[in-house]
Amino acid sequence: MIEREVTIRNRAGLHTRPAASLVKLAAKFKAEFFIEKDGFEINGKSIIGVMTLAAEQGSKLHLKFSGEDEEEMARAVVALFDQGFGEPMQ
Amino acid sequence: MPDDQTHKPEVIIKGIPASPGIAIGPVFLFRKSAPTIREKSITAGEVPQEIARLEQAVARSHKELRKILDFALSKLGDDKAKIFEAQLMILEDSILFETVYKRVRNELKNAEFVVHDEIGKYHRMMLTSKDEYTRERAHDVEDVRNRILRNLQEEKLISRLEGSSVIISQNLTAADTLILSRNDVLGYATDIGGITSHTALLARALKIPAVVGARNVSHSVQHGERVIVDGYSGVVYINPSETTVRELEEKQRQFKLFEERLSELRDLPAETLDGHRVELSANMEFEKEIEFIRLQGADGIGLYRSEMLLIGKEVFPSEEEQAEQYRLIAESMYPKRVIIRTFDVGGDKIVADAVKENNPFLGWRGIRVMLDKPDLFLEQLRAILRSSTKKNVAVMFPMISSIKEVRAAKGYVEEAKKQLRAQNLPFDENIKVGIMVEVPAAAVLAEDLADEVDFLSIGTNDLIQYLLAVDRGNDVVSGLYQEFHPAVLRFLRRIIERGKKRDVWVGMCGEMAGDPMATLLLLGLGLDEFSVVPKVLPEIKKIIRSVKLREAKRIAKHALSLQTEDEVKAYLRSTMKERFPDIPLD
Repeated sequence: MIEREVTIRNRAGLHTRPAASLVKLAAKFKAEFFIEKDGFEINGKSIIGVMTLAAEQGSKLHLKFSGEDEEEMARAVVALFDQGFGEPMQ
Repeated sequence: MPDDQTHKPEVIIKGIPASPGIAIGPVFLFRKSAPTIREKSITAGEVPQEIARLEQAVARSHKELRKILDFALSKLGDDKAKIFEAQLMILEDSILFETVYKRVRNELKNAEFVVHDEIGKYHRMMLTSKDEYTRERAHDVEDVRNRILRNLQEEKLISRLEGSSVIISQNLTAADTLILSRNDVLGYATDIGGITSHTALLARALKIPAVVGARNVSHSVQHGERVIVDGYSGVVYINPSETTVRELEEKQRQFKLFEERLSELRDLPAETLDGHRVELSANMEFEKEIEFIRLQGADGIGLYRSEMLLIGKEVFPSEEEQAEQYRLIAESMYPKRVIIRTFDVGGDKIVADAVKENNPFLGWRGIRVMLDKPDLFLEQLRAILRSSTKKNVAVMFPMISSIKEVRAAKGYVEEAKKQLRAQNLPFDENIKVGIMVEVPAAAVLAEDLADEVDFLSIGTNDLIQYLLAVDRGNDVVSGLYQEFHPAVLRFLRRIIERGKKRDVWVGMCGEMAGDPMATLLLLGLGLDEFSVVPKVLPEIKKIIRSVKLREAKRIAKHALSLQTEDEVKAYLRSTMKERFPDIPLD
């Protein structure tokens, strides 16, 4: 299992569109993917779960990947967070 | 009614006129109740059947939502349709539904119970979130859940009407209003909601008569009962008597006739008999109104409510999107002027975690929010400036209450210009800057504020509300909201006189500017610009074109000498009746 810390960087936070990009990206990999925020964990491949996180700009998330392609998946997912989902970060 | 024992007595409910017109027809009572769910155990043998039933319900929900989304896309455009995309994505959440199917199999419970319980977990968590945006999304989750449950119970969605009806509901969301309009909707009436509610805005855009804030109307009618929605006066008649029906039909006929005759005025200037020309512009909310505004012969757009761009949006529109929208409006109106008012919203629209305010009307709104959010403000100002290349755009700030605020706002305009220069982007260096006079403090400081800007535009709706300390959305005191209160009239005179003394033009973009009973008075007070809802434009023009300025001045002088609103109204009504017996007054 791989674990990573990420910060939400885009201005609007993890709203519906970024949540959808995240879930879509996650679906491309076989590994299991969980997101933890404030002691609360959801399946990162579930849009309703990601929507429930209410992660605004600046919030920190703990990501867990486990499965055969976990390395590759972690890299792709972390990159998506780092790019602020391609949205304005200011 | 001795010969008709089934005829119930006529009931009259007063509300807020939200969209003009008169609708007469049977009631369609729109209720969105949450389905009732019972927990039932099933046998292992019943599992496949239960799963199939659930799969069918999900598929049907998907089909329904897809249709709604397509309809929203065609009616509202990409951006505003996004609300429905989120709901579709939830329906496509395979992790969620795998869990649901698994629970049906393992716990041997009925599909309704498991769907309700499993989605309910997320719904509850979102509802208790401290993040405003997430709390709003909770309604999407709830909508999806109820849609699946309705389909499981094979209940028909009630968005389909048979024949033409008047929709009556406790409240209507933007989606309800939109979806229902696929049918032959004659009118809308709701218990709650104000003039700026989604129901009101959409009904106006769809040109369907509507009354909102008609307390208890949904509990006072039954399906199929005959009602009249009078969107001119804001009255709902339940089981109207034949006399009432005839009166209202006559009123409708009068309004229509009058409107037809006014269309001849379109290309004539708003000028008095003795050649005094004023500017007669339109207030604009939606892009789709531009065509109608031009048809009505407006001299320009005196108020573009830019915050309408935020309706149904999840994310703040980017500088690019804004610039494109503003440019489109400026170009379609060219060479006529377009005044863009910077976002006039409460803090909650801008920041997800805005403080809950006890009294938002006296709180963080308008320019106060924008000055606290310089990034957003600069983004909007740059977008406005970029749309000004043809020199027919002006910018206006809402809710100004001090010189300090105007100077700060102007500072940002200069900053935005500097940034655009650095990027080599073209704009109008001499863009005109104005303010809304809607806070009494601004009215008191009119002459000093005038020294800072190019124009003043009086926003009567808020000005009257603040001056008289009356919340017009509050049914209990809304009767005290008086446009023709002598204090209001004297205040208006003061603003217009002081502004003009300092060589700026003074306009009005509040509702009063479009009230035919106020036209002669305002003309006589020296108002330079009237910005009105597009619909009333020809009527106001007709009034202006039928008097001499001298006469209007005399009327204004007399009206200002009166001491009660009743006297003022009686006087203005009599002067109007004498000159324009065919103009309907409320």
